[in-house]
Amino acid sequence: MIERLDAVELEEIRDDFPILQQRVHGKPLIYFDNAATSQKPRQVIETLNDYYRRYNANVHRGIHALAERATREYELARHTIAKFINAPAPETVVFTRGTTEAINLVAYSWARANLKQGDEILITWMEHHSNIVPWYQVAAATGAVIKRIDLNADGTLAIPAINPRTKLVAVTQCSNVLGTINPVKELAAAAHKVGALILVDGAQSVPHLAVDVQALDADFFVFSGHKMLGPTASGVLYGKRALLEGMPPFMGGGEMIREVSATGFTTNDLPYKFEAGTPNIAESIGLGIAVDYLQKVGLDKIRQHEKEITAYALERLQEMIEIKIYGPLDAEKRGGLVAFTFSDIHPHDLATFFDQEGIAIRAGHHCAMPLHKHLGIGATARASFYLYNTRAEVDALVATLQKAKKFFGACPTGRALGF
Amino acid sequence: MLEELYQEIILDHYRRPRNRGKAVPADLAYKDSNPLCGDEIEVTATLVDGKIKDIKFDGHGCSICLASSSIMTGKLVGKTLAEALNYIENFQKMMRGDIPFGGKEMGDLKALEGVLKFPVRVKCATLAWHTAHRGITAKL
Repeated sequence: MIERLDAVELEEIRDDFPILQQRVHGKPLIYFDNAATSQKPRQVIETLNDYYRRYNANVHRGIHALAERATREYELARHTIAKFINAPAPETVVFTRGTTEAINLVAYSWARANLKQGDEILITWMEHHSNIVPWYQVAAATGAVIKRIDLNADGTLAIPAINPRTKLVAVTQCSNVLGTINPVKELAAAAHKVGALILVDGAQSVPHLAVDVQALDADFFVFSGHKMLGPTASGVLYGKRALLEGMPPFMGGGEMIREVSATGFTTNDLPYKFEAGTPNIAESIGLGIAVDYLQKVGLDKIRQHEKEITAYALERLQEMIEIKIYGPLDAEKRGGLVAFTFSDIHPHDLATFFDQEGIAIRAGHHCAMPLHKHLGIGATARASFYLYNTRAEVDALVATLQKAKKFFGACPTGRALGF
Repeated sequence: MLEELYQEIILDHYRRPRNRGKAVPADLAYKDSNPLCGDEIEVTATLVDGKIKDIKFDGHGCSICLASSSIMTGKLVGKTLAEALNYIENFQKMMRGDIPFGGKEMGDLKALEGVLKFPVRVKCATLAWHTAHRGITAKL
């Protein structure tokens, strides 16, 4: 039987998010910008508060009670997160400030040491800038070449051109614009066949669906805490142990060393080798609590809830002929977000109009400019869902679109195609 | 609140933009974009005796961006480049809140005052003006 959130559970969940209990411009807040960042339950907010009020101390150094507790909670969070993604050991989980830093860590440490002229880095058209720009930088530094996996018309990935020159496949598990859930397990197998590695960007997947990094056979797997109920500036790089052990450190400083002499240093063990300086202690502990929260509700239930909300949104939005939805139209194949354009109304105008109704959506290129250029559009509007969103909120979204249509009227010259 | 942003004049310029296209010959041409939202505007102008004889804009953007572009072209035509620069800088100051909104020669421009209440949209209203400013400065 498919487990789903019932009305009582949904109400209890919503009660855990203080920020949702407010009015914006006089209307009850509807938060549909979860792909940008999620809201935080009071359990996470209280964790941050508790850390600073009761046991703020540096980790792995102090010999006093506060330091001991801070270290224990910090490492407990690592254990929790490792189990959550089924990492084989806690030390394969490196805390970072988020997805961007985790990808940069791999780009600076692994890629610069291992790639050379003519090697290929295979990405896709649907990557976020954070999974594009670090590879452009690597290409400039090493002479490696960037290749892209094509898109099918429905926003899914075409058969990738993985070849013996491919050394790294860097791909998102779920697109933050198209919503497409990519077959990363199959991509990993294809990459490994030619001896390439795979880095999976889980920023939009880990918050919403159960992930098992070992089952996926990902070499690197990265994600952000703030999109999964955790604090900003929390995030994770998971890497296979042998790879992490073979990589040079990313940043130098305290914590990452075993010994420093007058002329050199030796590196610390995993994961500390990659956690130079005082880490994001409160944030990482908070992320552990966010994971506890997600697990208590159940990732399968969350996925089911979002699938139902997304399917309902797709159905309601398609009632309007003015809508154009990007990405697969089957909720099974996509994550809980819908990017769209509506009539000739510019997404920014829509976002302002929605905001006045208390509805937070995103408008723009969502840090995916190459994708928008590829699709031939300047910007899209995006509604992204999470466990606390409801069908009634989707109804409000649709009703507001209809109001916007009336307000802006027919604008035949509105969406001009200048150049 | 929404009506202050989207005044009839704005929506009118949005639906029926004035001076859209390319000025020929384009003695002055400059294209710029807002990297945050992807809006792109190109301003072209024909100059005769140091004056703007014709000025046009093209590109894509939101209603505020396009309406502001349309209004701007109407304001800058007939001006010398120095006068145009001065006019643009005055408008930029108003949109930054450095000086009060108003003064002579406002006309349709007055309708953009409502944008000040929506700080995130100010960049939409100023894109064409920044573009024209850069284009003129490059010409001087």
